[in-house]
Amino acid sequence: MRIVVCVKHVPDLQAERSFTADGRVDRSQGDGTLSELDEHAVEAALVLTETLGGEVTVVTVGPADAEDAVRRGLQMGAQHAVHVIDDAIAGSDVFGTALVLAAAIRRLGADGGVDLVITGMAALDGLMSVLPSLLAAHLDLPQATLAAELTVADGVVRVRRDLDHVTEVLEAPLPAVVSVTDQANEPRYPNFKGIMAARKTPVTAWSLADLGIDPAAVGDAGARTRVLEATPRPVREDRVLITDDGEAGLRLAAYLAENRLLG
Amino acid sequence: MSDMGSAAGGEVVLVLVEQHDGTPRGSALELLTAARALGTVHAVWLGEVSDAAVARLGAYGAVAVHVVGMPTPEASLPPAVAAVLAGLIDETGASTVLVASTFENKELAARLALATGAGLVVDASAVQRGPDGRVVTTQAAFAASWTLRGEVTVARAVVALKPNAVHADPVATPVVPPVITHDAAALFDGAAADARVRVVERTPRPESSRPDLGEAQVVVVGGRGVEGDFSPVEDLADALGGAVGATRVATDEGWISHETQVGQTGVTISPRLYIGAGVSGAVHHRGGMQASEVIVAVNNDVDAPIFEFADFGVVGDLFTVLPQAAAEIRRLKAQG
Repeated sequence: MRIVVCVKHVPDLQAERSFTADGRVDRSQGDGTLSELDEHAVEAALVLTETLGGEVTVVTVGPADAEDAVRRGLQMGAQHAVHVIDDAIAGSDVFGTALVLAAAIRRLGADGGVDLVITGMAALDGLMSVLPSLLAAHLDLPQATLAAELTVADGVVRVRRDLDHVTEVLEAPLPAVVSVTDQANEPRYPNFKGIMAARKTPVTAWSLADLGIDPAAVGDAGARTRVLEATPRPVREDRVLITDDGEAGLRLAAYLAENRLLG
Repeated sequence: MSDMGSAAGGEVVLVLVEQHDGTPRGSALELLTAARALGTVHAVWLGEVSDAAVARLGAYGAVAVHVVGMPTPEASLPPAVAAVLAGLIDETGASTVLVASTFENKELAARLALATGAGLVVDASAVQRGPDGRVVTTQAAFAASWTLRGEVTVARAVVALKPNAVHADPVATPVVPPVITHDAAALFDGAAADARVRVVERTPRPESSRPDLGEAQVVVVGGRGVEGDFSPVEDLADALGGAVGATRVATDEGWISHETQVGQTGVTISPRLYIGAGVSGAVHHRGGMQASEVIVAVNNDVDAPIFEFADFGVVGDLFTVLPQAAAEIRRLKAQG
């Protein structure tokens, strides 16, 4: 089977993260990385193709350093990589990103079809979790998101997912769009062989023109929301730190009472 | 549609009501309260509705309740609900749709925005109208270390609002809103709304006697430091009438069920009071709780990162501090 995994390059979670004056994610500071949650998507794709046969293509959208994200996917064992890169994409919201990714998947599908599109459950910078749903809408494919368990048999994908108040099992015929949570698997670390193979694998670069997308549909021009203001959260004032001297529980209760937090 | 005394005039705002056992959830009452500042509030109820539920929606400002039958389990999947809401937008001319920010609702909000050309905001902590009538929202970013204020630049907006963002407030003079019954099939083309996906199983999880984790005003979270014993955490939560949460380590160890995980890949909470017991405060956990109003930490490791952002920190053994605090809280509450 042919699987496309959409991955995103995000600022390192452990690093200080910030916004630029015009309200965009500041990508200038230090190292970015493949969104950890996307590693679960790559792992799921690799496991499926290892058992059922087939190939995995990792796809990303973003500026030059976003290539690191697909490189990581190749190192883990994906066979092909696509990087959609175009100056006009800068400033795209999730709708712009979905439009571009959907066009890339369609183009990949033009020669031989795509059976499954897999994404992570959210990107660790925006945490919106809506991309897979938008991809399914653009591609007119069934969606089965937030898989804690994912299996494919007889042309049907089966997903178990834990929502806020219910557990569900969904089935959808292939081709379909799925997203996987961090419960789905334990992503592998790239081994030496994978790292060497990834070096030799070319990353296909596509522009908006290659995908037939009007630049006005993406980037700032295509966005329907606008950041008015981005402010760092103020440092909390009046913080108290005590060491238990035998009465810390009483002092904690008193603090809650003073702040009308006894419920 | 008459103005019904709404501050923002005749614009219709659709509110998708979350429910449990036929009763609107607390988050729904918060949405209705927030929606009143945006326009004339129409509630959307999926499935069978009772008179009591309709009255309650009216008490929080709904002037109409759209009831949409849910003939099959598949009808409540996000693509189908998005199609229902798109149909109701057509019918009511609504400019704004509010939903509670859950994973499923975020998905349907995105599909609805895509289908209707609306601007989308998820995980909002506030929503108002700006001076020019545009929808203006506030949301936290980067583990709540930043606050973003933004506006929707097109006429239509779909906003997913986080629980506890707004204090639910009943209206002074409630009316019992009229119920408008819709046939789901008439609102959307069943084939187009993803008849391909089949719900093989749907099992509601038993809801505990404690408040819902995502909506609770008080949450007590246990981390690695509880070493498998959640009883002091549960006891303190009960003393405060709060919910119990856990870190990824605690759920991965199997000490407590996975649904209680608070963090970037679990439940995101923003209660009035968060108490972390034996929680180190790693970045993944922080992403799910740092928007809490007051943060209390009890940990025997003085170097735990949680102390860098806790309002009240106790360096000490949670197995002595928590029971002492719980007993004192019960004593203070008994005094009134």
